[in-house]
Amino acid sequence: MEQKLRGHAHKYGKNVDTDVIIPGKYCNLIDPVELGKHALEGLDPQFTAKVKAGDIIVADTNFGCGSSREVAPIAIKGSGASAVVAKSFARIFYRNALNIGLPIFECPEAVDAIENGDEIEVEPATGVVRNVTKGTIFEAAALPPFMQALIEAGGLVPYVERRLGGM
Amino acid sequence: MTLTEKILARHAGVDRVSPGEIINAKVDLVLANELSAAVAIGVMRSIKGGGRVFDHSKIALVEDHLVPARDAQSAKLAKLMKDFAAEQQIEHFFDVGRGGIEHVVLPEEGLVAPGEVIVGGDSHTCTYGALGAFATGMGSTDIAAAFLLGEVWLKVPATIKLVYDGALGHLVYAKDVMLATVGALGIDGATYRALEYHGSTIDALSITGRMTMANMAIEAGAKNGIFHADAKALAYVRSKTERDFIVERADADAVYERVLRIDVAALEPQIACPHTPDNVHPVSQVTREEILVDQVFIGSCTNGYIEDLRVAAKILEGKKIASNLRVIVNPGSQKVWMQAAQEGILTTLAAAGCAVNTPGCGACFGGHMGTLADGERCLSTTNRNYVGRMGSPKAEVYLGSPATCAASALTGRITDPRVLELAGV
Repeated sequence: MEQKLRGHAHKYGKNVDTDVIIPGKYCNLIDPVELGKHALEGLDPQFTAKVKAGDIIVADTNFGCGSSREVAPIAIKGSGASAVVAKSFARIFYRNALNIGLPIFECPEAVDAIENGDEIEVEPATGVVRNVTKGTIFEAAALPPFMQALIEAGGLVPYVERRLGGM
Repeated sequence: MTLTEKILARHAGVDRVSPGEIINAKVDLVLANELSAAVAIGVMRSIKGGGRVFDHSKIALVEDHLVPARDAQSAKLAKLMKDFAAEQQIEHFFDVGRGGIEHVVLPEEGLVAPGEVIVGGDSHTCTYGALGAFATGMGSTDIAAAFLLGEVWLKVPATIKLVYDGALGHLVYAKDVMLATVGALGIDGATYRALEYHGSTIDALSITGRMTMANMAIEAGAKNGIFHADAKALAYVRSKTERDFIVERADADAVYERVLRIDVAALEPQIACPHTPDNVHPVSQVTREEILVDQVFIGSCTNGYIEDLRVAAKILEGKKIASNLRVIVNPGSQKVWMQAAQEGILTTLAAAGCAVNTPGCGACFGGHMGTLADGERCLSTTNRNYVGRMGSPKAEVYLGSPATCAASALTGRITDPRVLELAGV
């Protein structure tokens, strides 16, 4: 995983659901770039025009609630956004993001201290979230050890390969 | 241990599990539809050694989200899953016309039994908790892993015990009880939790009423919603399959994170107003102002069962829907469609002016066959009303029971079915 992710914050409220992250009509798309063109369309139609590579989505509680569509985190990744920092995540989105390699961070204090447009830097390995604009530093909740091991192994796919290999 | 903990412990091969613990659980069935399968199949193909599924008799693939195909791209995904089913000799593949909505089909086909662990590439997989199974929705990569390994990693959820007492009032249904529950819990009130349903109200509920309630556990963020399999549930399952299963019960000393008591005796029909499923109000409050409706939808994995269609047909029989709206009805499965045809329900609904479609998920998630325009308002028996859920982000979706939807279809505005009945309309 990359050492540090850096970009500007796009800040949203609570309960950003999967229907606004990627509306149902696009759920037959598979290509991440095509999906990325419609990321957050239901919430902020200007998002895809504003987002630059590396930018970070910042949101309140229960990010990703609703459906199990894995194309939700894929669309965010496909838009060029590098990570999501939220106060909390809905459980299926949380698994999906980890499985497809979208870095996500649970850090309520950081969310409260970030304003839309602030420059943010996050370190996936340590969970450190820096607000570069305001000069503040926060630490996201650590992943449970099993999930940490899953990430270190490179995600669910290598884990399954190891299991199939009888290891 | 709670009912969920008992089932998970057995499937993890251990004596006990505790909330927060991460386990590997064997699965009895893995489900996908053509949208979640398309991504899962791609992931599976990318996995070294991932040539064959773990057990071709323990996978169910159901074409339901964008079929009959909306466009060539949707047709491609449907074909991808069909070809995969043939290649892997999947026993339980349901094409258009032979299945319907996955969560209606699987219990009907005897693919769900008490005490089982079922994972599906759809968030409403939690429906099967109605029969005493642990069932939860996951994304496609997790489903690909389950296809290959026959097991999944799970964090054992803490359980919230819901105790319902009292008899349901006239024209008040399981949907109203569950909307009230989601309203009380909030849309993240049960995140990472199991919901375990208890009480005299539950004992009196039909199996499909329980499915309606288990179905919407996810709307409170829950991992699963589960009922104890009683004589009624066992009779239902036994009528569908001869397969062995183990019925689990929560221990008398089970530890619940929270107990929520809900008295339903005075419960009115409920409405979830835009734009979250926990924005729930009694119908008498909602109808204080006139809320005109452009579309009424009756169907889905929440309320696409034969009982739901019977309720709607009874209200609409011999009458015409209001001129300002359209009504779309999707029986939940081919079997429900045929039963409704035999009972004359489809004719009753069509004669009232309803469009009766083939089973499918399309309208519920804004896919096709009932998509809303800017500024349109829909009253629906489905489960979600987020911005853009059924089409335009400038449309509004209200959620209610089949009775409330049918009554509103007659007046053209959101209507209390009890008031309509008193008025003798």
